[in-house]
Amino acid sequence: VDFRDTPEEAAFREELRAWLAEHVPDELRGYGFGLHTEDLDAMRVWSAALHEGGYAGLTWPKEYGGTAAPLSHQAILLEELARAEAPPHVGVIGLGMAGPTIMAHGTEEQKARYLAPLLAGAEIWCQGFSEPGAGSDLAGVRTSCRVEKKRFVLDGQKVWSSYAHVADFCILLARSDPEAQRHDGLTYVIVDMHAPGVEVRPLRQITGDAEFNEIFLTGVEVPRENLLGEVGGGWQVAMTTLLHERGTLGVALVSRLEVAVRRLLELARERGASPVQRDAIAREWIELEALRLTAYRSLSALARTGIPGPEGSILKLQWSEANQRLTSLALDLLGPEAQLAGERAPYAGWWSQQQLRSRGNTIEAGTSEILRSIVAERVLGLPRSR
Amino acid sequence: VDASFTPEQEELRAQARAFLEATPEPSWQQLAELGWTGVSLSEELGGAGLGFLEQAVLHEELGRALTPGPFFTTVAVALPALPPEEQARVAAGETSWALALGPLVPDLDTVERIAIAEGGGVFELVDAQRELLDTGDRTRPLGVLTGGEIGDRLGASDVLPEIRRRSLAALALEACGVGRRALELTVEYVTQREQFGRPVGSYQAVAHPLATSYMELELARSLAIWAAWCVDTGDSAADVAVAAAKAHASEAAVLACERAIQAHGGIGFTWEHVLQGLYKRALWVRAWEASGTELRAEVAAVLLDEGE
Repeated sequence: VDFRDTPEEAAFREELRAWLAEHVPDELRGYGFGLHTEDLDAMRVWSAALHEGGYAGLTWPKEYGGTAAPLSHQAILLEELARAEAPPHVGVIGLGMAGPTIMAHGTEEQKARYLAPLLAGAEIWCQGFSEPGAGSDLAGVRTSCRVEKKRFVLDGQKVWSSYAHVADFCILLARSDPEAQRHDGLTYVIVDMHAPGVEVRPLRQITGDAEFNEIFLTGVEVPRENLLGEVGGGWQVAMTTLLHERGTLGVALVSRLEVAVRRLLELARERGASPVQRDAIAREWIELEALRLTAYRSLSALARTGIPGPEGSILKLQWSEANQRLTSLALDLLGPEAQLAGERAPYAGWWSQQQLRSRGNTIEAGTSEILRSIVAERVLGLPRSR
Repeated sequence: VDASFTPEQEELRAQARAFLEATPEPSWQQLAELGWTGVSLSEELGGAGLGFLEQAVLHEELGRALTPGPFFTTVAVALPALPPEEQARVAAGETSWALALGPLVPDLDTVERIAIAEGGGVFELVDAQRELLDTGDRTRPLGVLTGGEIGDRLGASDVLPEIRRRSLAALALEACGVGRRALELTVEYVTQREQFGRPVGSYQAVAHPLATSYMELELARSLAIWAAWCVDTGDSAADVAVAAAKAHASEAAVLACERAIQAHGGIGFTWEHVLQGLYKRALWVRAWEASGTELRAEVAAVLLDEGE
């Protein structure tokens, strides 16, 4: 056990801090964590700079344009990006989900075609998994994928797709065999978002923003070479994508929470806090540290044994609930003023926006109910509930 | 950053667990022969020459096993206040000590000698009357001291902050061991126990609170390992780390025991079941030294008031 950076990690961190101080564009700093598509051009320039600096796809193999750095560097990168309040790379979905899936299941042609522009931020990706009738039960997808000799034809509807309104490509799961067992008849394809028959409608959420979209697919033709894995083998490919969604997420979430806790402490210092509120603030800080240390434990187990520690399974679950408590506490500190929106709102409405947004945290990327069942059945070994 | 124990530390844990399962009530001499009573003392003093991280492993395992005896009282609390020759005697299993820091003193039934802090020093208290009090956790009874005389000076009292850090870290680790065992017993029970024709653990209303216990205990364990590392290395964050770890872990252990009792149903509410012992230890740990509320007030002062 040693919670200090190794000399080598410290050197990487120092170099990165200097780079961030010089390169994070002031107009994008402090932007929070969403994709701000009104500044898409600036975001692309920033993403290209990250790529040139060698910080995009840090842990990817060199042959795919990465720098093959250890996971500890990725953790440091995520921490320092959050601390510098730097905006994300435009390819959040590409880097975290599409890229790793293409590396694991893609053909050589697909790797050559898609990975480099993804890293450079030249092409943006989105994900088409959830449907109105298939949320937690992903195997229930009904979007149809008709298999023809040289192409697939898609018809159906996807929902909760982040970045779809600006995306160039979508990794999409559809049903190619309606007769097969639920998990067997699925096929995973890459869809060109500019193809005829693809219609994207923004989905206005509880905060008033539209981070997510619905995607309507009407007779969309997908060339055969856009298949990932086998026809009917989409479920296995999708599991790779979700593994990456949940696997690398921990440190990123902790880093985001760290910024929110720092702001909570500033708020409490400015406005004062009652003893009861001080107790709750200390509790949230302790939860943050616990989460950070648990993410380190999971990464250390991975580095030592090649298998992520089981404690990694709780990171998203705990983060989502911590973020809800934290933002609710901030509203408590703000009092009735927290009800204001817009320019007259304290902190330009950041806290009330964050609090409302946090309600999605226990739903997206695995509901807390699903995640508790995963812990119960796969970590604790309890009998299956269904 | 390396947040995992070394293979040697994990080996120590495995040995400790096997020994304590086979020997639920080890003598002080047995613990000394294993090298535990001097685990973090230097080899010149007859210790094992290991660090506080290895001691931490033992606290976690002793908590898990609900081992009675003065290990916590002597090794986590009193030892740093003793002069080298007395430390060597503890390492050899020849004696054990309690440091009386308040009106209630643990393990007066088993410790041989008593130390007290007075003025700027720590002294032996000789010929004091010991009265053992009925205590919920029968494996760690509390008592009071009356009378007695101040004996030899053992050392300076500037060691007390270090003792508090070691004590809080040790309690956090005990809590992790206690909570984890309560959870494991419950997983085993709800997997076997059937109602309405199914194992009760297959019901989400039963399973999900256990997942919550797992989550809280793993978070607690991360904090406890951090606290132990801070104590081991003398890190500047040690005070806040031990406060955070003890507050979080002791409350997580109490909640884990309460969920365990609920999931066991009637049997978990009986005197004969081991859960009552685990629960009472968790309550003892939560109450000792400083409560979660007091510790969070300390943490809040560091976070919000420093520099004002």
